[in-house]
Amino acid sequence: MLQIIKSFTLYELFKGLILTFKYIFKSKVTINYPHEKGPLSPRFRGEHALRRYPNGEERCIACKLCEAVCPAQAITIEAEPRTDGSRRTTRYDIDMSKCIYCGLCEESCPVDAIVEGPNYEFATETREELMYNKEKLLSNGDMWEQEIAQNLQLDSKYR
Amino acid sequence: MLNQYFFDSFLIPGLIIIAQILAVVVPVLICVAFLVYSERKVLALIQLRRGPNIVGPFGLLQSFADALKLLTKENIIPSGSNKFVFLLAPIITMVLSLAGWAVIPFAPGLVVSDINVGIMYLFAVSSLGVYGVIMAGWASNSKYPFLGALRSAAQMVSYEVSIGFVIITVLLCVGSLNLTKIVEAQQTVWFAIPLLPMFVIFFISALAETNRLPFDLPEDESTLVAGFFTEYSSSSFVLFFLAEYASMILMSSMTVILFMGGWLPPFDIYPLNVVPGIVWFTLKVIFILFLFIWVRATFPRYRYDQLMRLGWKVFLPFSLLWVVVTSGFLVIFDKLPS
Repeated sequence: MLQIIKSFTLYELFKGLILTFKYIFKSKVTINYPHEKGPLSPRFRGEHALRRYPNGEERCIACKLCEAVCPAQAITIEAEPRTDGSRRTTRYDIDMSKCIYCGLCEESCPVDAIVEGPNYEFATETREELMYNKEKLLSNGDMWEQEIAQNLQLDSKYR
Repeated sequence: MLNQYFFDSFLIPGLIIIAQILAVVVPVLICVAFLVYSERKVLALIQLRRGPNIVGPFGLLQSFADALKLLTKENIIPSGSNKFVFLLAPIITMVLSLAGWAVIPFAPGLVVSDINVGIMYLFAVSSLGVYGVIMAGWASNSKYPFLGALRSAAQMVSYEVSIGFVIITVLLCVGSLNLTKIVEAQQTVWFAIPLLPMFVIFFISALAETNRLPFDLPEDESTLVAGFFTEYSSSSFVLFFLAEYASMILMSSMTVILFMGGWLPPFDIYPLNVVPGIVWFTLKVIFILFLFIWVRATFPRYRYDQLMRLGWKVFLPFSLLWVVVTSGFLVIFDKLPS
């Protein structure tokens, strides 16, 4: 009997309507993305960058650990000794369309050369632009060095 | 001589009719644009989002931007379709949803054609709307539109029966089929109060009649892609879209006229009755449209068999019973309108 009264007076439907009406006045969770951005963890794995030492020398020693560990086989490295006898890469390519942003390259690197920076806005209009070469990665490193260094610093106690 | 006759009896009245049509249709289409905007906004607010807020102040011009985008796209006609019917269907739907506006009285005397069978005309036109849907579903020659069209046919026919009985109850209390007379009969009390159950049934059936959630089975995204307009793109899609929202406004105006006293103020007292009737009419229509959107944001979609059960096993007997109760009441207390 109670059930019949409830269903004929649309009791439950009105309850639902009142609930949704209350939600109209709640504060909204959306952020206006291009104008406002959400917080990022220091561990965020975004666009790759090759770092340099403060004296301008590139960190990468061409050990090829990142190339070996990369599960998507996105990294290609070619290396030969330089005239001063140090081992450096002649080619360091990352195919960003293959990369799965797992962060294993960053983790395997003994000299913190290859890192995944905090930048996630690197969409391009063509596939070709996503084939990063050494030059592009080094320039990323120069551009984001401050943020990258700070993030590594913040995260260092958990490594 | 002939020229004079031609001017007086054809050209001038023709131009007046065209001007009247434009004066009704253009505001209706602008209302549709803002209805789409407000629907997106209200849904967004209820779902804790912000909704469109980029195009124009508060995103008010969003619908115009969308319309422009759709109209500049290519109109794709499936190779297996019946081209003539395929292109005719959205036009029919659109024309029918605009045709109903001819008899809607916005304020005393403010009506394109004040015919004595106004409510019959409105009922007929809104029922014919199903033809556009069926034609679209059949002409697309594809399974989702076909299923959507079949559902739509069954659904609209079922709910028209109860809408018919609801209208009969109102007509019993008014004694006229003229929409202006129906509004004037609510001078003392809006029919929404003595006929509250009928008002609720009419509103729910109007949801089903305009294929709105929770009864939007003909265009059920989760099972039928987009239902009867799956194959439509560009301007034909725009026509279906406009038609759906125009018929939503039409059904709301019908609800307002039948149950909420049309242009009449809520109380016939000083500050309220100097406000022009069209303002009251618009406010009431906006309220009903808000209810449409609010209901959409709240309830999940009905299953097909539940929809049919509600239509035939609940609404039909209940409205039929109420017709008997109302007419019995009117006869016993000798309140039949002359």
